[in-house]
Amino acid sequence: MIDAFAPRYLYLVTFLLLGIGTYMMIGNRNLVKKVIGMNLFQTGIFLFFIAAAYVEGASPAVLTREAPHVSPLPHVLILTAIVVGVSLTAVALGLIVRIYADYGTLDADVLWEVRHDD
Amino acid sequence: MTDLVPIAVALPIVASVVALLAGLVRSRSGWYVALVGSVAQVALTAELARRVVADGAIRYVVGNFSVPYGIELVIDGLSATMIVLVAVTALGVLAYARRAGPRSNPFYGAYLLLVGGLTGMSITGDLFNLYVFLEITGLATYVLVGSEEGGRSAVAALRYLLVGTVGASLFLLGIGYAYVATGTLNMADLAAVIGEDVGYTATLIRASFAFVVVGLFVKVAVFPLHTWQPEAYASAPDSVSALISALVSTVSAYALIRVIYTVFTVDFLEANPLAADLLAAAAAVSVVAGSVLAVAQSEVKRMLAYSSVAQFGLVVAAASLANETAMIGAFVHLVGHAMMKGSLFLAAGVVATATGARTVDEYDGLGERLPVGAGALAVLALAMVGVPPTLGFVGKWYIALGAVETGSWALLAVIVSSTLLTLAYFARLIERIFFREYAAPAGETGVAPDDADVPGDADVVADGNGLPADGNGVSTDDGDAPLREDVSFGMYAVVVVAALLAVTLGAAVFEYAQFVQPTVTRLLS
Repeated sequence: MIDAFAPRYLYLVTFLLLGIGTYMMIGNRNLVKKVIGMNLFQTGIFLFFIAAAYVEGASPAVLTREAPHVSPLPHVLILTAIVVGVSLTAVALGLIVRIYADYGTLDADVLWEVRHDD
Repeated sequence: MTDLVPIAVALPIVASVVALLAGLVRSRSGWYVALVGSVAQVALTAELARRVVADGAIRYVVGNFSVPYGIELVIDGLSATMIVLVAVTALGVLAYARRAGPRSNPFYGAYLLLVGGLTGMSITGDLFNLYVFLEITGLATYVLVGSEEGGRSAVAALRYLLVGTVGASLFLLGIGYAYVATGTLNMADLAAVIGEDVGYTATLIRASFAFVVVGLFVKVAVFPLHTWQPEAYASAPDSVSALISALVSTVSAYALIRVIYTVFTVDFLEANPLAADLLAAAAAVSVVAGSVLAVAQSEVKRMLAYSSVAQFGLVVAAASLANETAMIGAFVHLVGHAMMKGSLFLAAGVVATATGARTVDEYDGLGERLPVGAGALAVLALAMVGVPPTLGFVGKWYIALGAVETGSWALLAVIVSSTLLTLAYFARLIERIFFREYAAPAGETGVAPDDADVPGDADVVADGNGLPADGNGVSTDDGDAPLREDVSFGMYAVVVVAALLAVTLGAAVFEYAQFVQPTVTRLLS
């Protein structure tokens, strides 16, 4: 059992990150921490791709290095996905600034109460 | 010649940047940029659709790479339908937004970015590229939802962002599984490799299907993954509600159908009957739950939003049947729903601007106060219910016919009951509009039937012409600028034209069905 998982521990870490990220998004009352949870969730998926690209004993995907190289395509994909993640974080933080300016709180529970008193 | 294909994606994105930059020179110039961009986009997509009709599907590989490695753009009958729908809807909503706003340049930047993202989602032939366009669409949508003044829309947009990102990330994880199993991302190539080398029952492929479908369910807003949707639609500005309710879930549903049938293919569903059953079950639950929740709403825009949950359940149900008639029905209903629901939101916006009515209760006697707006709203509502010969009827008819052909009686029962449930919540609205007296708040002199003005600015209220300060001007005095927003001709025109189209386009569906028939046959083979 352990032998089967040992070389694939990165996949375990991936799903650990997905779990922690999901928990943070649901369990944390602070909106900023929810966004951090979202980032963690995405990071788990980035790790999944990069781990899948790994080849035992291979060099980084740079042409001047010796063959064999690790698979370059997932790296490129994740580079794109990271850019997407950064933009999402920027928009999320922008919205949080507006929420704070309007309601004076970042606590999801307090926010719920304030909004239902309106 | 075929270079037109990438331009269909590039044009709105470039226009979006132009709209932003134009804001530096002159504020409030965004609408004109958006108008030029949208008109050009309509012309471009119409030309592409014409070529598809004349010569069949267009394939274009970006940047001269060879096919399985480069990103391929494919326009067949179905994607042509989507890009034309996106372009025309965007132009129609612009006519409404001229007066209703929002007016800032960044708003129109996001507006055009959304058009670009949706067009890209419709025509891409590459799975990862689909993810990127999905996120571009998502980002633009979050910004648009948050563009209303006040905190409510910001909270709705943030919730949409968190839930939507999880959905898109699950979709990405599903792509990762498919990539690990096959080593390719091109949709057509994936289908071939899965069929020949990997096999439909491989665990990786099954897991990939599950992640991709659940991820897209979030974007389509299938119950119970719809939680972001009602608040997002209800709190966004009216023009945005209309645009995103008409397009974002629609194109996501298209992407779902595209991924299920182009990448995983019918054979996957045959090899894994459980997958097909789960799709159908999720769709049926969505239809019933969405309708029941819609009946329970008091705010009109929330009711329309929940109605979308039910209607997209219907589309997914049709897609799960893997039957040609039902698939044509799914696309007719996608287009019909986009047009009708978008215009219903606009009609609700016209009503709210003219009278301040935003809840079902406030619609009492609207038929007398605002005959044109209320009439168009009622016609659209009846079209949505599926009264013959409207577009809503034809779509549901095809889907029901498909259910009969495949012998899915349970699903047929859901489709028929969905019509009754749709009637339940729209009848409630129509009854109030036409058969109840308008109970004017005490002390008010009453609003004249065709008086489209709202007691908008504080002066009118203050100088005491009979309107109580807290009586009727509720919806207008929460913004910063005391703008007097009356209903423009353009706002009426869009709603009325859409109502007429909803009634008359039903007759054109037969030709449309013949046009998409070959594409659907290829999709399901």
